[in-house]
Amino acid sequence: MALSRETLLGLYEMMVKIRTFEERVAEIYYEGKQPVFNIAAGPVPGEMHLYSGQEAVAAGVCAHLRPDDPVTSTHRPHGHLIAKGVDLKRMMAEIFGKETGLCHGKGGHMHLFDPELHFGCGGIVGGGIPHAVGAALAIKKRGEDRVAVSFFGEGAANIGAFHESLNLAALWKLPAVFIVEDNLYAISVPKTASTAVRSNAERGAAYGIPAVQVDGQDVVAVYEAAGEAVERARRGEGPTLIEAVCYRFRGHFEGDPEHYLPEGTKEQWKQRDPIALLAKQLKDQGWLTDEDAQAIEERMTALIAEAEAFARESAYPPPEAALTDVFVQAESPREEQSHG
Amino acid sequence: MAERLLTTARAIAEAIAQEMERDERVFIMGEDIGAYGGIFGATQGLLEKFGPERVMDTPISEMGFIGAAVGAATEGMRPIAELMFVDFFGVAMDQIFNHMAKIHYMSGGNVNVPMVLMTAIGGGYSDAAQHSQCLYSLFAHTPGIKVVVPSTPYDAKGLMIQAIRDDDPVMYFFHKGIMGLGWMAPNPRATGPVPEEPYTIPFGQADVKREGSDLTILTLSLMVHRSLDAAEQLAEEGISAEVIDLRTLVPLDRATIIESVKKTHRVLIVDEDYKSFGMSGELIAIIAEEALDYLDAPPKRLAVPDVPIPYSRPLEQAVIPSVEGIVQAARELMAE
Ligand SMILES: Cc1ncc(C[n+]2csc(CCOP(=O)(O)OP(=O)(O)O)c2C)c(N)n1
Ligand SMILES: [Mg+2]
Repeated sequence: MALSRETLLGLYEMMVKIRTFEERVAEIYYEGKQPVFNIAAGPVPGEMHLYSGQEAVAAGVCAHLRPDDPVTSTHRPHGHLIAKGVDLKRMMAEIFGKETGLCHGKGGHMHLFDPELHFGCGGIVGGGIPHAVGAALAIKKRGEDRVAVSFFGEGAANIGAFHESLNLAALWKLPAVFIVEDNLYAISVPKTASTAVRSNAERGAAYGIPAVQVDGQDVVAVYEAAGEAVERARRGEGPTLIEAVCYRFRGHFEGDPEHYLPEGTKEQWKQRDPIALLAKQLKDQGWLTDEDAQAIEERMTALIAEAEAFARESAYPPPEAALTDVFVQAESPREEQSHG
Repeated sequence: MAERLLTTARAIAEAIAQEMERDERVFIMGEDIGAYGGIFGATQGLLEKFGPERVMDTPISEMGFIGAAVGAATEGMRPIAELMFVDFFGVAMDQIFNHMAKIHYMSGGNVNVPMVLMTAIGGGYSDAAQHSQCLYSLFAHTPGIKVVVPSTPYDAKGLMIQAIRDDDPVMYFFHKGIMGLGWMAPNPRATGPVPEEPYTIPFGQADVKREGSDLTILTLSLMVHRSLDAAEQLAEEGISAEVIDLRTLVPLDRATIIESVKKTHRVLIVDEDYKSFGMSGELIAIIAEEALDYLDAPPKRLAVPDVPIPYSRPLEQAVIPSVEGIVQAARELMAE
């Protein structure tokens, strides 16, 4: 089915939003880290895993989701959270470690939680997959029509949590959708050196889960496959596994020397930039002009600049805040002792 | 001849290479240990030297490959497994706690598990709650695991060779801040003299890194460096601090600890692990059992105050012991 102009432009705008956000975060990340790179320095310290290149997956899947549909993500979470509709200001403030951030500075870029959007992520590979199963279980127990989605990398498909989760979801016929983003690498280890089957879609059969592999650079392909899976889950017909083949345009994390990449491969993949592919399709159909594209880019840049200004102007949490939030009940005896 | 200087990362990689040359049963598995050379450089150059049969990049399957190291060890190999960050132990906890640690005992001493599980620890660079822990106390708590936590390039090499030759399972914890990585905050002590020839450092021998007479600082890993910096400052104030690097928690060198406490009569423990139910409490218990009467003041301890490591810089800096914090605690201890 051909997608409407409105749908395609929505996807395009979302992909540009994610890319613009990520590329701006990259620039900010290197502040204070030049000429000598020191991971602890600058306004955004710590590891930084960016999503540039994979936008079609987050945009194509999340276009089918409502704010109350749970999503679990990974160490590379920005794209998913933006596509879910986060307040960019609070997200950016969290990345800066500020009091106004989504997690008041306790989480940072890898640990973003937004309960209003039912979104969570974390730094342990595969850690979020069972949470999506649990969210789907809660949905099923309550008889709701929500859907839980878990995003994770092809590297995560080799950890036990993936296999146990798929079996549980199938066994209990849960409203869950599992999205493997096969960007070909888990840090330096290529998929061919980590997985004996060619596609993780083949693994669906082992658990009795319908599974497909799609071109993750083609947002329309992702959108269509995800649409089917989400509808199936909403109808109560059980989980689906989708593997989207894509590519990360930046290193595993910022500062990755990428010595492990065969020469020229990244350049090749960049020729299939998902944003450029969609732009071409839209232009061919007469639905987007160069001026439109520029206007969208400017609008997104302004939004992100606003988020950045908010983050920079926000205060850091006071050092004592480190001692709160271990428990819901702050007056717990153990916490009090530690304060002393 | 001038002393040869190496970073801790290179010292570890050299130790592994020399043992792989010496003993063909030694091989190494882990994520990104081949072409990448280990995220923290502890396996740099090994793939080039020994090839992919003995330097194996694994999928992200920690339970699988750490369990496989246990199985290979019981069959007479000498595997080394790298767990990229200690924080990821959770996905392999059963293999570590219930198998690696207990098989020798459960078999009535009939089955050996001669393997090394090496892993990166520590925070201070805003990697937050799931990438900044130390956790050596958790493993020291479990019977059956030897726990090695070096602080210098020299110790790192000697203790790694010892670990590989040891017939028991050894967990070897290197702090990211002592590796001499170009992308971490510079640390002059992360580079130091390391002899080229293989040598071992026996387990259970603490090292007095600085002698002193007024108080004893018991510590290990990166906190040795912070304690030495603090001792320097304290000396200017006329306080003479002895800094003891425990080097191994299991086995623990009780004699050196007790001897020092009997000499200084005051003790401060500096630990980057969580405070409660861990190393600092254990050391104080031992001192209470064996040298209580020698203490002129209650023991003091600095450790992470029972909270996960927060991301935001001011929060993280508030919970990890600092040079200033150590100086302050030592002053307070002297005022008691
Ligand atoms: C259990 C666990 N093992 C290892 C790591 C270290 N690690 C972080 S990301 C990563 C690679 C993940 O690859 P993939 O799942 O394909 O996601 P991608 O980074 O490609 O988006 C690894 C090995 C971790 N965080 N957690
Ligand atoms: Mg990947």
